[in-house]
Amino acid sequence: MNQSLMRYRGRLAVLGGLGLLLAAIVAGCGQETKRQTAAKDSAIDAKMPFGSDADDAQPAAETDADKAVEVTSCDGENKVAVDKDLAGAELAQALLAQWKRDHPGRDWVADEKAAHAFNPPADNADVLQGGQSKGDVYGNFTQRDLVTWSRETEKFVAEGSRIFHGGDALGSTVGVSCDMCHPHASNTHPETYPKFQVQLGRVALLRDMIEWCIENPVRGTHLDPDGPTMRALEAYIMAQRKGAAMNYGKH
Amino acid sequence: MATLKSVETKYLEEREALFRGMRNLDRRSFLKVSAAALGATAGLAAPHSFTPVSVAQEPAGAASQPAFRFAYISDSHLYTKDVNDRFVRGLLRAVDDVNNLDPQPDFVFYGGDLAQLGQVDQLELGAAILKNLKAPLRIMVGEHDWYLDLGQKWRELFGEPTYSFDHKGIHFVVLNSVVEKDFWTERKMTPIERMKTVAGLDNGLQSSFTVGEPQRKWLETDLAKLPDDARVIVFSHSPLYKLYKKWNFWTDDADEVQAILKRFKQIVVIHGHTHQLLTNRIGNIYFHGLLSTAWPWPYAPEGMPELTIQMSRPDPFNPNDGCGDGEVRVHPDGLVDKVYSLWNRNPITVSRTYLASMGKEDIPPKPNRPSY
Ligand code: HEC
Repeated sequence: MNQSLMRYRGRLAVLGGLGLLLAAIVAGCGQETKRQTAAKDSAIDAKMPFGSDADDAQPAAETDADKAVEVTSCDGENKVAVDKDLAGAELAQALLAQWKRDHPGRDWVADEKAAHAFNPPADNADVLQGGQSKGDVYGNFTQRDLVTWSRETEKFVAEGSRIFHGGDALGSTVGVSCDMCHPHASNTHPETYPKFQVQLGRVALLRDMIEWCIENPVRGTHLDPDGPTMRALEAYIMAQRKGAAMNYGKH
Repeated sequence: MATLKSVETKYLEEREALFRGMRNLDRRSFLKVSAAALGATAGLAAPHSFTPVSVAQEPAGAASQPAFRFAYISDSHLYTKDVNDRFVRGLLRAVDDVNNLDPQPDFVFYGGDLAQLGQVDQLELGAAILKNLKAPLRIMVGEHDWYLDLGQKWRELFGEPTYSFDHKGIHFVVLNSVVEKDFWTERKMTPIERMKTVAGLDNGLQSSFTVGEPQRKWLETDLAKLPDDARVIVFSHSPLYKLYKKWNFWTDDADEVQAILKRFKQIVVIHGHTHQLLTNRIGNIYFHGLLSTAWPWPYAPEGMPELTIQMSRPDPFNPNDGCGDGEVRVHPDGLVDKVYSLWNRNPITVSRTYLASMGKEDIPPKPNRPSY
């Protein structure tokens, strides 16, 4: 692994796992501002693309006699009592562990993936192959870009999957979610849009049919066609049809 | 609540009645049928009346008279009425359908997933609706009935989920094929979280369905007294073969169960869970699926049995399309004609001849649209 990648991975740990906390500390919210710099050198291994995996095995935040300093994170909710000689890395980990305990849904992307396996985004490794030249945008991407693309895209799709599989997330008034009739988004055929929907009497886009299913079988409320819920649903449905040939107008 | 019979249903009932009559022709009825035929040629009868000519068109193997019929209803996935009245109306409609059968079937078989989330009021509502059936009820458990309280309420209402009975020379076996190995304790799931995980067809956190060792032992013992040419019909909620694991269209120990059933000359397995027309034959084991009263499911993207003639894509604009109930006509040889009484389409019969001939004879009508 080359130097820049190392640095990059270090930073990723910060971004992925400690973002909230470090931001808090850097911004001067924590009381131990001097120690935060040590986090940079920490041995935390960022498991790409989902950030730090620091475990939950840290002791709970109880103030006892040995622990002289209490650190509070920016959100005001998380507190951890630490030994006054504690190094920055450990401090950060302790805070993170506490934060994780307080936020059980923190690994929601991984959780969503485990529950409703969805297709991964394209692997762009070829972008990094050879012939990189200055001034050529596509020649200057790094591993970091690839990880960002894939992580962000996957997160978007995971959010769609979460909504697709949850009656509450869809605002269903009849306890019905999309997966009940479309397991793994089967039979949603995004590749066939736009097409003339006989029953609607007009040409429909994928989102029109999603909207129809939300208002009818699901009995939810009208979605803003450009809102985050619709966008996420579209993302998930398209992701699940990866590899199907586009064939608009097909019935 | 009156059920109006569609033109197709009336047509098929008349056809059925005529065939029934033709097979038992004594002199008097022969004259009656001939008179009808004469009337038809003279343009006196209704245009859709059958003439005896139809006898010649009857598929060769179908000549045997069913020994008896039973009706089926399955996969109603009830919420209480205040939450979702459509699924409740689905089950009510099926009960009406079955009560309107004339003559009445010998019994009604319920194929599992009466409730959506196994809740007490859902199961009680289902039990109350099924009490309206005129014919006696036999019932099987599905995963949606089970995983909230691991069968406590279901047992209280319906008894043990594994049992057998004999009817007119056929031995019937009812299994609980939705036994999953514990995936919930380690994940510290609450009962409702466990229930919702199992309720998600595509939820990969759950385990696979099994019949399990204790029930397999029970099955062996239960069948032990029967000779190899006994006539046996087995009910399981999930198909007792491996179709598509990711949706639990699957029973993990299907091979072991099939090994127990294999010694019979021919044996029928009828399953719920898949909400669609589904036909399979593995050696001498004949498999049939059941329709749901709540919603149809897409076909598995891979591994479809060759004998299955898929129903074409359901119309999302008609919530009843692809749903229904049906009948099973049991023949003296123990094989069955499986009738899928689709609510929004012509009924489809998958005959024993079709399976016995490995799909060569008596082929059910193929839809004109792909199932996609
Ligand atoms: C009660 C069952 C049911 C539910 C719940 C349901 N749908 Fe559908 N939907 C269907 C059926 C049936 C079809 C037609 C399937 C086909 O054409 O093969 C369909 C069709 C579609 C199509 C168009 C498919 C095509 O071929 O053009 C899309 C897109 C779709 N649904 C999205 C959704 C979404 C998103 C949700 C959740 C908000 C949802 N559906 C909920 C039953 C349902």
